[in-house]
Amino acid sequence: MLRILQFLYRVRAFLLFIVLEVVAIWMIVSNNSPQGAAFFNSSNAVVGAVLKKQADVVQFFSLADANEALVEENAWVRGQLMASQVIPDSLEIKLDSSLQASFEFRGARVIANSLRFSQNYLTLNKGSKHGIKPGMGVFNSQGAVGRIKSVSENYSVAFSLLNTSLLVSSKIKSSDVFGSVQWDGRNSSEAMLLYVPRHVKAFKGDEVITSGFNAVFPEGILIGKISNVAVNEKDPNYLSITVALSADFSKLTYVYLVENTRFEELDSLYRQSEIPYEY
Amino acid sequence: MNIRSLLSYTFLILVLVVVQLLFLKNLALFGYAFAFLYLLGLLILPSTLKTIPLLLISFSLGFLLDIFFETIGMHAAAATVFAFFKPIWLKTTSPTGGYDEAEEPSLSQIGLGRFISYAFPLIFLYALVFFIADQWGTGGFLGVFSKSLFSSLFTLVLAILVQLLFFKRRKGI
Repeated sequence: MLRILQFLYRVRAFLLFIVLEVVAIWMIVSNNSPQGAAFFNSSNAVVGAVLKKQADVVQFFSLADANEALVEENAWVRGQLMASQVIPDSLEIKLDSSLQASFEFRGARVIANSLRFSQNYLTLNKGSKHGIKPGMGVFNSQGAVGRIKSVSENYSVAFSLLNTSLLVSSKIKSSDVFGSVQWDGRNSSEAMLLYVPRHVKAFKGDEVITSGFNAVFPEGILIGKISNVAVNEKDPNYLSITVALSADFSKLTYVYLVENTRFEELDSLYRQSEIPYEY
Repeated sequence: MNIRSLLSYTFLILVLVVVQLLFLKNLALFGYAFAFLYLLGLLILPSTLKTIPLLLISFSLGFLLDIFFETIGMHAAAATVFAFFKPIWLKTTSPTGGYDEAEEPSLSQIGLGRFISYAFPLIFLYALVFFIADQWGTGGFLGVFSKSLFSSLFTLVLAILVQLLFFKRRKGI
């Protein structure tokens, strides 16, 4: 017995090494599973505050660009508003629930962002206090950006589209053929459009937009443009389509968040019909 | 280790970690070469420091980086491997008879050639573990290997430059 204890004492450094490695690997695994609760991440209050200060300084220098983009978008939205405004009428129509908007939008600022890993995340400066919930879609005026992963009181963490574990249900705008956009971990300005069968005619320059089939994004948010079409080498029944992403992930500052207010209804319907639901 | 050197090591590591967190996060030359400059702080810890405190220091530093970079566990795993092999490798590469007890394995103390042969394999090991954890199941071996190689070269060059520029010179190099 004494010998065993002596032996254990002699290899104590190695044992500590093993314990720490196991802890680290456990953290990696639990953080990467989609349902796993992440206890430690950058939505932590202290870390979030530091990241926010850093973003305040860095983004100060891109304020002019951000303003310009906002003004352009405002102008576009005003145009849309003018076009859709109806002249007041004496007839009053009660809006019933089927006419109510099923999406709600919010704005937030990106305070931390990474591009270079194969699992990239964004940290945003809004949290549960501001009505952010896990599962909300994130996009900006250029295109789709990601999906909220977890929230704390004041901050939230989102999967970037540049995260190999995120699939976005999408379709080719011209032909309405749907597939899933997934990043392959290589180039931060390109992603792959998967599950498009070979008989489909896809052309370079076609726009790829969100399909609205899942509850994350409404239909029609731009993801990117097709930059290359080839036959998938691994599975020749499908095309391998490369999409040049429209959002510039290296310059994200302000983003919009979209919440599907009918998410619960949809979700319970899927559960009822026992369809495995993926975001 | 006296109080003064303890303070100076703590200060150095803090500065390096802050630089790593605030400036080197999204820096990647050509998308391949990452800088893990904070490893310099661990590299030059004196050879008298025992493995157990070294493991704990490295794990917590790696974990701190993980929280900021949203790479939970990856830096911690890599830094722990790094810390476990550091004393062993230092003993292997040191000349027969060993270093003086108080000596720190920095550039000015052990010279350029020996510093490279001491630091490069350790940084490479760190980068290898990190990128294997990062690209688990997605990237091929070649991608992991080239990223690790270029990152460790880049980190080594940065580490040498930082030591040449900011460290007190005790003897001519």
